[in-house]
Amino acid sequence: MHTPLLRKLVLLVLGMFAFAFALVPLYDVFCDITGLNGKVELTAAEASEEQDLARLVDVSFTTHTQGQAPFKVKAATYQVTVTPGTLTEVNFTAENLSGEARIMQAIPSVSPGMAAKYLHKLACFCFDQQSMQARQKMSFTLRFYVDTELPNDIAELTLAYTLYDITDRNAAAYDALLNPAKHSRHSAAGKDYAQSIQAAVYQQIRGISHG
Amino acid sequence: MKIAKLITIAMCLLVSMFTFASDYNMRVGVTDISNQVYQLHMTIFWICCVIGLIVFSVMFWALIHHRRSKGAEPAQFHESTKVEILWTAIPFLILVAMAVPATKTLIAMEDTDKADLTIKVTGSQWKWHYEYLGHDVDFYSLMSTPRAQIDNMQSKTENYLLEVDKPLVIPTGKKVRFLLTSDDVIHSWWVPDFAVKKDANPGFINEAWTNVNEPGTYRGQCAELCGKDHGFMPVVVEVKPEAEFQEWLANEKAQRALAAQQEAALLDQTLSKEELMATGERVYMAYCAACHQPTGLGLQGVFPALKGSAMVTGDLKAHIEIIMDGRPGTAMQAFAKQLSLKEVAGVITYKRNSWGNDTGEVIQPSQIQAYLDGKQEEAK
Amino acid sequence: MTSSTQQAALDQEHDHGHHGPATGIKRWLFTTNHKDIGSLYLLFSLLMFLIGGGMAMVIRAELFQPGLQLVDPHFFNQMTTVHGLIMVFGAVMPAFTGLANWMVPMMIGAPDMALPRMNNWSFWILPFAFLILLASLFMEGGGPAFGWTFYAPLSTTYSNDNTALFVFAVHIMGVSSIMGAINVIVTIVNMRAPGMTWMKLPLFVWTWLITAFLLIAVMPVLAGAVTMVLTDKYFGTSFFDAAGGGDPVMFQHIFWFFGHPEVYIMILPAFGVISTIVPTFSRKKLFGYASMVYATSSIALLSFIVWAHHMFTTGMPLAGELFFMYATMLISVPTGVKVFNWVATMWRGSISFEVPMLFAIAFIVLFTLGGFSGLMLAITPADFQYHDTYFVVAHFHYVLVTGAVFSIMAAAYYWLPKWTGYMYSETLAKWHFWLSLISVNILFFPMHFVGLAGMPRRIPDYALQFADFNALISIGGFAFGLSQLLFVAVVFKCIAGGQRAPAKVWDGAEGLEWEVASPAPYHTFSTPPEVK
Repeated sequence: MHTPLLRKLVLLVLGMFAFAFALVPLYDVFCDITGLNGKVELTAAEASEEQDLARLVDVSFTTHTQGQAPFKVKAATYQVTVTPGTLTEVNFTAENLSGEARIMQAIPSVSPGMAAKYLHKLACFCFDQQSMQARQKMSFTLRFYVDTELPNDIAELTLAYTLYDITDRNAAAYDALLNPAKHSRHSAAGKDYAQSIQAAVYQQIRGISHG
Repeated sequence: MKIAKLITIAMCLLVSMFTFASDYNMRVGVTDISNQVYQLHMTIFWICCVIGLIVFSVMFWALIHHRRSKGAEPAQFHESTKVEILWTAIPFLILVAMAVPATKTLIAMEDTDKADLTIKVTGSQWKWHYEYLGHDVDFYSLMSTPRAQIDNMQSKTENYLLEVDKPLVIPTGKKVRFLLTSDDVIHSWWVPDFAVKKDANPGFINEAWTNVNEPGTYRGQCAELCGKDHGFMPVVVEVKPEAEFQEWLANEKAQRALAAQQEAALLDQTLSKEELMATGERVYMAYCAACHQPTGLGLQGVFPALKGSAMVTGDLKAHIEIIMDGRPGTAMQAFAKQLSLKEVAGVITYKRNSWGNDTGEVIQPSQIQAYLDGKQEEAK
Repeated sequence: MTSSTQQAALDQEHDHGHHGPATGIKRWLFTTNHKDIGSLYLLFSLLMFLIGGGMAMVIRAELFQPGLQLVDPHFFNQMTTVHGLIMVFGAVMPAFTGLANWMVPMMIGAPDMALPRMNNWSFWILPFAFLILLASLFMEGGGPAFGWTFYAPLSTTYSNDNTALFVFAVHIMGVSSIMGAINVIVTIVNMRAPGMTWMKLPLFVWTWLITAFLLIAVMPVLAGAVTMVLTDKYFGTSFFDAAGGGDPVMFQHIFWFFGHPEVYIMILPAFGVISTIVPTFSRKKLFGYASMVYATSSIALLSFIVWAHHMFTTGMPLAGELFFMYATMLISVPTGVKVFNWVATMWRGSISFEVPMLFAIAFIVLFTLGGFSGLMLAITPADFQYHDTYFVVAHFHYVLVTGAVFSIMAAAYYWLPKWTGYMYSETLAKWHFWLSLISVNILFFPMHFVGLAGMPRRIPDYALQFADFNALISIGGFAFGLSQLLFVAVVFKCIAGGQRAPAKVWDGAEGLEWEVASPAPYHTFSTPPEVK
């Protein structure tokens, strides 16, 4: 007598458990739409077709080395003033301060968060993991433009990079997480299993938010 | 008559309570925004008081007059759609009235107009780091209340727990933008007098701004639980008139250059053990004691003991390395970017000669530099 | 199991049907009787209330004076964390489940809960969950110290291995709550006595039905959140780690998607209790029954779209802040309707002040106070100042202690005579009420002031300007803690004996539970009653 109702309720419980995990991709889609957390796309954009020469926007750059990561990355200029739609290049110098080869991953974040989706990057060192030899110095070029659709009340935006040392983490899995386009397949064996599941989830997200 | 009396008494009580509590109300603060927030807070507070007074007057009237002991006979009514609609609609209208000023203030707070000065604020366990973007000035700000006051060995002074070694300095009458991020867990930067409270999230930046009208020293604290010493992470902001601020900024830059020179000069000197121990003790108490404890005993299972530790009494190079580069995946930070050569030399000397550790070694700043050079060599 | 023991088990169950409970420990371990399980839940929650309260005493003792006196900050954080977890998952929720077990079948004229064996399980896994949680306090490096909200990355990268035990314990608590909720729903939907239509359902049953749906909807989300914390810490995922493309703020979104409905899980059954007690002692029907049902449902629905009001300072876009502010303010409308209905019920009634009624009146006033501070907290610009201060601590203790806990005590006094067959000691109970009422306000009211003056929550030591009020708060805390020992005394004295209680204990009471004898026989409504 109770079985049909019981079955429905158990299904509801399982569904809500799955929903908790579905919140992960949903959250990213939501952020994409609302600019919730200033998360920036990690894939290259196309050049702009429009320009708005009448408007000036200040873009400043800052980097932050997370915890013990032995990196120093600095923009050549702290701030540039750009017109929306115009392609701009900014040089960054990077250095591995440690005596051993390390892998760096830069995570970009934009403030105000609303501006994140209006900042398009064509080339960025954050698109890839950067393998750096001991004490190696490198220079990177960031090519970006600000969308002409940028809301009028935003006159100033900041692009911040947080630098992580991911050498000790599973580099392959990380690459897959951050650059799903390059990895259409994952080995789902052994201890990489959890990571590859998450990578797959993220691939889905990107699929949804771009599709 | 009786109700009037009751209401008067209640009002008097409320007012006197309020005067008594005026020191314990929300801070009016020193910015236009903090003023608006305070007004909003008071408006809503009084609306709530009035509603509460009306509803509870009715209830207590019933409790007093409709008692069985007074022979009250229960009435039979138990529903009225008209009344239900009324007391759904009226609160709704009151809410709309509240929402209007709240929305206005919120829009003003989120105004991202151009700022005159941008300061990057980075939280880490358990200190703040301030960087004046575009000015090449940055420093850490740590609580300066002595351990002895916290442990009740010394009497507590006026700004107990709300004082730092080096406060943030900003100018009056300028829009100052704060970019917030974190080095480890989530922190929250809060100065009540500015009505600014914003979380510092690792890997992301957040933005807040203020425009302070009056010079002065303003104090706040970390507001988001960030681990063991969350309660010992104050924020102190000194607000100076523009001219004084510029002077301070120029002075800071000059001092940085001077400090760099001194660092270089130190390499040729041999410092006395007393001097190094004194420096070391100061640095240890400010940077290390939070985890490893003033006794050097650490916290079992969380933070290792330094007393008798093989790391601290053994190989010097390993000791220098862990202090300079930290240990990834643990709370041990890389202090290379936080401490000067002299400070590192001092704190290592201190650790190797305290709490019964008696290596007798005296470590010179030049040895720390030698370690750095050595790493450089290895790399080549 | 051999066939002979199986037979024995069957025989024993057969015995139940005719001769009442088994004796000794076996009665409690293997019971499938809703009244036994209800009692187990209630006693367990009383025990947890005392343990969690003990931790609150440690917190208040440390905060009695500025400076560090008794505990180190790391242990202090463990106390605030475990106090919160125990009070939410160990005291308040099991107490309401216990009330549901005892009262729901009796109120709807059912012989027992629909799924009695699952009922046994859902209770008996609970002690193990709390054993694990409490045991973690003794492991090297201590127990959970990241707050009951276990924000990442404090609970992942920056915590020791207690996280694993914490996650396991929360999983068990979640499974227990979900099983309890499923049981309540199936019972209410399938086992109502003939004639017990939806709009004749007692309000306590209604509120519990809605609560059970909330539990089913959000406990699995909590399970998901703790699972992600576990895999982030041990299996290399980075749901909440920016370095791997995750976001620590997402943790807060997922947590509060559970957390806000959770708040209503702890208060909706309280509304049910108060809606039962107020009419009894006003000797008048509840005013606006239908609107009470609709108000409860709309509060439950709204609870799913307000979660981010816990996160205004995390850096949300303006549109998000406005949406969550408006949605949160809206909740005060149905909540207000409830308070107005209770007052209207008392209006022109014939009121008497037995102890359950005293607690109910205190609930209405003090819960409303908590509601007002809740409304203030909803105002985003002001929330920037209130957030994570003692103002918030004052707010949620007013709704949870003088709200949920007071309603549980009101319910306990109201139904104790029905459960035990004896009247409780009126004198002791009155002492308990008045001492609790006074001390709870000395405890929580000044917290508003220290919060507004700028004292953050979860700190083991504070600046000197907060010293006087904190001493006062601690005194109130100790007094409130001691007063609860009186409650324990009243309960056990009542179980032991006293004046015999009649079937209908309260002259103004209505409902099927008063049609059976006191104490309620081991089996009630084996033949369903007819509801007119």
